[in-house]
Amino acid sequence: MALQILLNIGLALVWMLLNDSFTLVDFMIGYLIGVGLLYVLRRFLEFDYYFTRVIAIFKLIYIFIKEMILANLKLAKIVISPKMDINPGIIAYETKLETDWQKTLLASLIGLTPGTLVTAFSDDETIMYVHHVDIEDKQEAIDSIRNNFEKTILEVTDNV
Amino acid sequence: MIEIIVSLFILLGALFMLLGSVAIIRLPDTYTRVNAATKASTLGVIGTMVAVFLYFLFAKDILSGKILLTIIFVFMTAPISGLMIARSAFHNGVPFWDKNKHNDLKVHLEKKQKVNQNS
Repeated sequence: MALQILLNIGLALVWMLLNDSFTLVDFMIGYLIGVGLLYVLRRFLEFDYYFTRVIAIFKLIYIFIKEMILANLKLAKIVISPKMDINPGIIAYETKLETDWQKTLLASLIGLTPGTLVTAFSDDETIMYVHHVDIEDKQEAIDSIRNNFEKTILEVTDNV
Repeated sequence: MIEIIVSLFILLGALFMLLGSVAIIRLPDTYTRVNAATKASTLGVIGTMVAVFLYFLFAKDILSGKILLTIIFVFMTAPISGLMIARSAFHNGVPFWDKNKHNDLKVHLEKKQKVNQNS
């Protein structure tokens, strides 16, 4: 996978040299052409085509932006409504992710979504203590993290 | 045309920043306020920075990577600062709001203390 990315960047550099213009736009065009070339030649490459993972990353970004906008609207509704009708609290969330890198990514995504915040980790780092601003149902709050973020993170970083 | 889109993004960003500042005043305790203080920036910063990016791209024909980096840097630092503030508040015993229902972290720490005393 690392070799393929290097090859792709190399193709982008060749494209920049051929065009004799060294701007970010040309690099991006060259990179996209490299992606296309690698896709056409993927049968001759001995390793997996790495772009499937890039698509998974874009899916993660899409899910994150969607969740963030929804959560922002929810929080805005809470803030504007005249009565503070919320149940804040800390919920233990047991994660199935294994490597430090995956856990950091998950904690950052939870931390960036308005309304949820990682407060602490347990000593063996398998349980995150997530603070929610408004909890309607405990199980629902746990499931929404599990089905959205954790599933997609597993897709992105599987078999690295 | 592009002016309308840019101003829409700027207004959207400003609106979410305003809501964030209102939230800091209105929410009841430290832990919920940390949410507002660190995360009003997310959609607010995205809105403003996307507007600036589009303006430079279409009005000035400059593709500015610096602006996209700003979004990434804010995204990398905001969750960590939120975690540290909430964590230090908890360990210094800052009280929760009286309507707080679940507190798994407190339960966990009490259990751990009991185990330590017994052993």
